[in-house]
Amino acid sequence: MATQTPEIEILNQSTPTEPRHPWLEVLHGWVTTVDHKKIGLMYIGYALLFLVIAGVEALLMRVQLAIPNNTFVSPQVFNRLFTMHGTTMVFFVGMPILFGFGNYLIPLMIGARDMAFPRLNAFSFWISAFGGLLLYFSFLGGDGLYGAGNAPDVGWFAYAPLTSRVFSPGHSTDYWTLAVLLSGVGSVGTALNIIATAICMRCPGMKMSRLPLLVWLYIVTSGLALIIVSPLTAAQIMLMLDRYAGAHFFDTQAGGSAVLWMHFFWIFGHPEVYVLVLPAFAFANEIIPVFSRKAIFGYPAMVAASVGIGFISLSVWAHHMFTVGLGAGANTFFTLATMVIAVPTGIKIFNWLATLWGGRIHFTVAMMFAVGFLFQFLIAGLTGIMLSVSPLDWQLSGSYFVVAHFHYVLVGAILFMIFSAFYYWYPKMSGRMLSEKIGKWHFWLFLIGFHLTFDFMHVPGILGMPRRVYTYEADRGWMIWNVIVSSGAIFQTIGTLLFVYNMIRAYFKGPIAGADPWDAWTLEWATSSPPPDYNFETIPTIRSRRPLWDLKHPEDPDSNYEF
Amino acid sequence: MSQVTNIFAPAATPAHAIFHLSLLVLGITSCIFLVVSGLLLYALIRFRNRASATSDPQEPAQIYGSNQIELSWTVIPVLIVVMLFLATARIIFSTENAPKPSDALDITVIGHQFWWEYRYPKLGVVTANELHIPTGDAAHPIPSYLTMSSADTDHSFWVPRLAGKMDLIPNKINTMWIDPLEPGLFLGQCGQYCGTQHAKMLIRVYADRPAQFAAWVAHQLQPAAQDPAAAEGQAVFLRNACISCHTVAGTTAAGRFGPDLTHVGGRDTIASGSVPNTAANLRAFVDNPAHFKPGALMPEMHLNAHDLDAVAAYLTTLK
Repeated sequence: MATQTPEIEILNQSTPTEPRHPWLEVLHGWVTTVDHKKIGLMYIGYALLFLVIAGVEALLMRVQLAIPNNTFVSPQVFNRLFTMHGTTMVFFVGMPILFGFGNYLIPLMIGARDMAFPRLNAFSFWISAFGGLLLYFSFLGGDGLYGAGNAPDVGWFAYAPLTSRVFSPGHSTDYWTLAVLLSGVGSVGTALNIIATAICMRCPGMKMSRLPLLVWLYIVTSGLALIIVSPLTAAQIMLMLDRYAGAHFFDTQAGGSAVLWMHFFWIFGHPEVYVLVLPAFAFANEIIPVFSRKAIFGYPAMVAASVGIGFISLSVWAHHMFTVGLGAGANTFFTLATMVIAVPTGIKIFNWLATLWGGRIHFTVAMMFAVGFLFQFLIAGLTGIMLSVSPLDWQLSGSYFVVAHFHYVLVGAILFMIFSAFYYWYPKMSGRMLSEKIGKWHFWLFLIGFHLTFDFMHVPGILGMPRRVYTYEADRGWMIWNVIVSSGAIFQTIGTLLFVYNMIRAYFKGPIAGADPWDAWTLEWATSSPPPDYNFETIPTIRSRRPLWDLKHPEDPDSNYEF
Repeated sequence: MSQVTNIFAPAATPAHAIFHLSLLVLGITSCIFLVVSGLLLYALIRFRNRASATSDPQEPAQIYGSNQIELSWTVIPVLIVVMLFLATARIIFSTENAPKPSDALDITVIGHQFWWEYRYPKLGVVTANELHIPTGDAAHPIPSYLTMSSADTDHSFWVPRLAGKMDLIPNKINTMWIDPLEPGLFLGQCGQYCGTQHAKMLIRVYADRPAQFAAWVAHQLQPAAQDPAAAEGQAVFLRNACISCHTVAGTTAAGRFGPDLTHVGGRDTIASGSVPNTAANLRAFVDNPAHFKPGALMPEMHLNAHDLDAVAAYLTTLK
């Protein structure tokens, strides 16, 4: 082959060490930054902080529920705990951590120097962060003039008319409304930015059909976020008008509709699950092939399935409302729509299976978490099919079975994939490797804790235990299951502490990672770890979906085979 | 394992229908789980990186996809979905659109923070928290049709052994039906978060043989007992704020905000099923409702010990 100028230059030298700056200058640098990597890291750090806070709230609830008629916390405090836990985990852990990884990775993976709108990016982060602070400020400011409860206690989906001023005096509900509204502003900004970046900032040669699957998934997730945040924001404004301007949208005493709020909330709330889970799929799409040492199986099918999931997810919201009395016709339609989503989801699982098939699977900690994700997401999908059967949902809706099901998705699938992503990309972000030994302890402890908690949580639901009860009757046979569920929380806590320790330790003492520690194939591994501010010295030119494979195997490049 | 609220111990037609459907669903999902997780496990073990392979830097064969395979794992799930959907649609319509027999019993259920109001419009009976319905037999079931709404926030009526849950939503009328074949006590509780005391908004459904049920109805139609021994307690009750929220038929007490107390002494429990109906518990509840149910809307009555004893004694006579 004739010699040609290298299209991609792998920077193997580490970023030149700069002299230490005084801490005020460092702080100033972070606060004023518009660099996608720094903003991504701030999103991630902020989300981890809230993960710990909301995790502690979950622990307190599990202590309360370990035995019947416990008085560890009062009913008022318990109701605040589950409201804050849910709201925090969805809006201030799930969204920011996924946007954080997206922010960090997308420009690097498409060979760009930054996001399309760096200032909008910074604005989105800070407005979301402000929302989170506002939510927690309610502990101080929520009393209002009434001396009523301080933190919100209306549940994370805040059904009307419990949120009206009659039933929720004081300002706690207002803090909830404003926090969610601000988080929504940030989400719309970032979603817009991600779509613009992925479409307009691609390096030469990166056709849409060569886009890394992670970026494809982030396009779908951002498109969904753009569509669904608007109804949520509209509903929050209507609720504020109800509370303070005498409007009657949800005020049932004046002819308003409680069901209207449910529609508004769930047309946001259900696709929101996919906004959170699609980035988890995105991580799996990158990590599983690398540690199987094979290209992803069925790239076009994976893209089609993702886009399909995005569209179908917009038509399933009323499966949260099977017990609302919408009538047989509506229940039948939403049963079908919900079942149909199992098809593209199944396609994804089968394609991951086919990617593993015939590979050479390396069980790094990142891969172990990804394997946990595969099994747990399979189970979560199957309990989801059970719940899509609306008559069965009439029994299980609002019970601990549902709580177990969605925690299987949010923890078993999404959080496992987030842990996997940390083990995989932490070396890129920090320049240092996490300890695989501590990581394995983290994995096994968390796996045991997860299964103790969330496998056994299905049972009390089947035995008739509703969610959101601060205590329960002793004669129902629920206690033994609740003891097991609560004991699992201990393992998860220790696992998480090990994870935090691992990250802090690695930052100071971890082995140097180098540009490409996993022998991977996408462009973020073509630059140093951590990448320089400008990401790439020269903008790369690519010829296939796996530019670094082509570089490492010039005799057998991907571009010969892709379709 | 306790059977009291197990969805897999059905005792009425709607719960039976759901139980049978759930067996089908469990069967299908278990098969899918076994096949897919079996393949996953096999792949993980069979294709793990073996120690000998580390010396061999060769990458495995790169396979990019196959349209035939994609098609097969699209079509098979579609067929499963169609089958499951048809089985589900049948139960949805047979439960929600069941024809109502002419001799069905009508009951109006109104959810309150944090108790249940039951009215039998055709029989003229009003009661709270303990629902009585007649049993039928297989040849001649007597369904009870519940017409449901809420006086304040959203609630949900869930008695797992009888039927799935149905929400009670203010400004909206919902219906459901139950037809237990065997007499017995069926427990449940509110299934939709409704405020501070959601957890202690318990449901007790007594399925009585038709003769027993008729006797219960006849008794409920009697005015409240007038026991001369409890006259002092009645006087305390009637001159306090009790009457602005509670009804005792045949007296000036005609409040609608709280449970009807005309026959409260005949119930097994108080505080919406939270505690047994004893004189001591009644006294403690009147003294401070938050003692059993923090967040209950009934205020502390600030009665002295003597009046408390008298009121509790009076309430126990209201059989």
